[in-house]
Amino acid sequence: MKITEDEVRYVAGLANLKLDDAEVAKFRADLDGILEHIDKLNELDVAGVAPMAQVLVEQTAELRADVPAPPLGNDAALANAPMRGPGLFKVPRVIER
Amino acid sequence: MDISSLTIDIIRDGLRSRRFSAVELASEALRFAEAENPKTNAYLRLAPERALGAARAVDERIARGEDAGPLAGVPVAVKDVILTKGFTTTCGSKLLANYVPPYNATAIERLEAAGGVILGKTNCDEFAMGSSNENSAFGPVRNPVALDRVPGGSSGGSAAVVAQGTAVVSLGSDTGGSIRQPASFCGVVGVTPTYGRVSRYGLTAFASSLDHIGPFARNVKDAATLLGVIAGRDVRDATSAETPVPDYSAGLGAGVKGLRLGLPREYFKDLTPETGAPLGRAVDALQRLGCDVRDISLPNTEYAIASYYIIATAEASSNLARYDGVRYTSRSEHSETLSDMYRNTRGEGFGAECKRRIMLGTYVLSSGYYDAYYLKAQKVRALVARDFARAFEEVDAVIAPVSPFPAFKLGEKVDDPIAMYLSDIYTITGSLAGIPCMSVPCGETPDGLPVGMQILTKHFDEATMFRIAAAFEQTA
Repeated sequence: MKITEDEVRYVAGLANLKLDDAEVAKFRADLDGILEHIDKLNELDVAGVAPMAQVLVEQTAELRADVPAPPLGNDAALANAPMRGPGLFKVPRVIER
Repeated sequence: MDISSLTIDIIRDGLRSRRFSAVELASEALRFAEAENPKTNAYLRLAPERALGAARAVDERIARGEDAGPLAGVPVAVKDVILTKGFTTTCGSKLLANYVPPYNATAIERLEAAGGVILGKTNCDEFAMGSSNENSAFGPVRNPVALDRVPGGSSGGSAAVVAQGTAVVSLGSDTGGSIRQPASFCGVVGVTPTYGRVSRYGLTAFASSLDHIGPFARNVKDAATLLGVIAGRDVRDATSAETPVPDYSAGLGAGVKGLRLGLPREYFKDLTPETGAPLGRAVDALQRLGCDVRDISLPNTEYAIASYYIIATAEASSNLARYDGVRYTSRSEHSETLSDMYRNTRGEGFGAECKRRIMLGTYVLSSGYYDAYYLKAQKVRALVARDFARAFEEVDAVIAPVSPFPAFKLGEKVDDPIAMYLSDIYTITGSLAGIPCMSVPCGETPDGLPVGMQILTKHFDEATMFRIAAAFEQTA
């Protein structure tokens, strides 16, 4: 077994995902199967291979000019917020006690 | 006018000869889409105001004697992961059911500036994660060729509207095959350009090192025209390339005599006759056109799926962290604290496939696992890319299948996520390498289901890919 239900709960916590017990069991089995397949990579010797973090390097090397442009604006940025105040996003209380 | 068989050339001629106006065309296309869409659920919503406004602008430009643009009056559909200013964009997710973007994607700006008429937004797997379009929060799409079957995914709606005739061309997005696979399932042309060829500004991020925007069309020339409009450097996407954009439609008739085509033996060894036979006939046709066909090897192919599902999910777990109930998603009610609100919003909002990928991505990036998974996957990605680089020293293009099987029945594979992941094998390799690849219809199975042929070329050599596809299309 590659992964336990406790590990699934721990990872769900890291990912800020609330899972019910049925989901924990289901994802444990799914992740187990996927991680099993991923083990295939251990067949390969990748010593000395440089990791490929991006496709193109020289074609995208130029940075844009650092010229100020109008920002999105407060109203547009807040328009889709589920709860907003004057110029701010509202959230439930942050400090838990 | 027969809306379902229009092409960009027919529309240009029709507008020029005043056989119809852009407004008449848009009205008729909207009416047809509204009537036909219930069969497939391919459109999530139509945009009549936007479409008619764009069409009026085209008619005015024509009336003033101006060039109305390469897409003048062309009815276009757009996958619902690409932002349209002022028009709801859901990404197939309950979380964004009411999201109205405050800006346009660069691809949208360019296609509307070129005279394109956006008819509406198309259904897709939630946040572009899936191979069947069954992961949409707004219901699956039915394949217009066989209504009991899936259209493929994740750009299932964008492939289906073009096949159904409810749009002339469309935009999709591709991370591991999400344009090519639905194109093959629906019998249309689908193009994943070179990574960096089209700006992703305004494309909802799934896996940033793999995401592409690309066109669907009913013929190669229309796909080439649409790509030409949306391609090119954009300062708002730092990964978009400076490389100049050639006129893709110019060389389409140049023929393929003497071109060297490679058939990777790793791709053909397990192919069933159902898809292998039409593909074999297509290769024969290319040979008759004068192509030099040879066997090649891409030895790291069998490791591509594992590499891809580490990289794509790791990047997705990071990109999807922003859907937290604060800025643009809906929010779970009744949460006492901020951290509860995050967990509840995301737990209730994401569908099963997104959760599965967020979980895998978070796991492989979690403390102590980075080197064993993400870093290793990036090294294997380099090997897959090197396979192609070596192949292109001896061939001009690689010819491959798109999918191991044709469109399957709705519900047939939903219970086996790993089998679904494994079925992406033929499209994922090109995605990892970042090279241009496309699916062009090449025949049918004995049951009459479409089969696609994949054509892959070197970085920025879309022109050769289109030339081969166009030459083959003429033989069909």
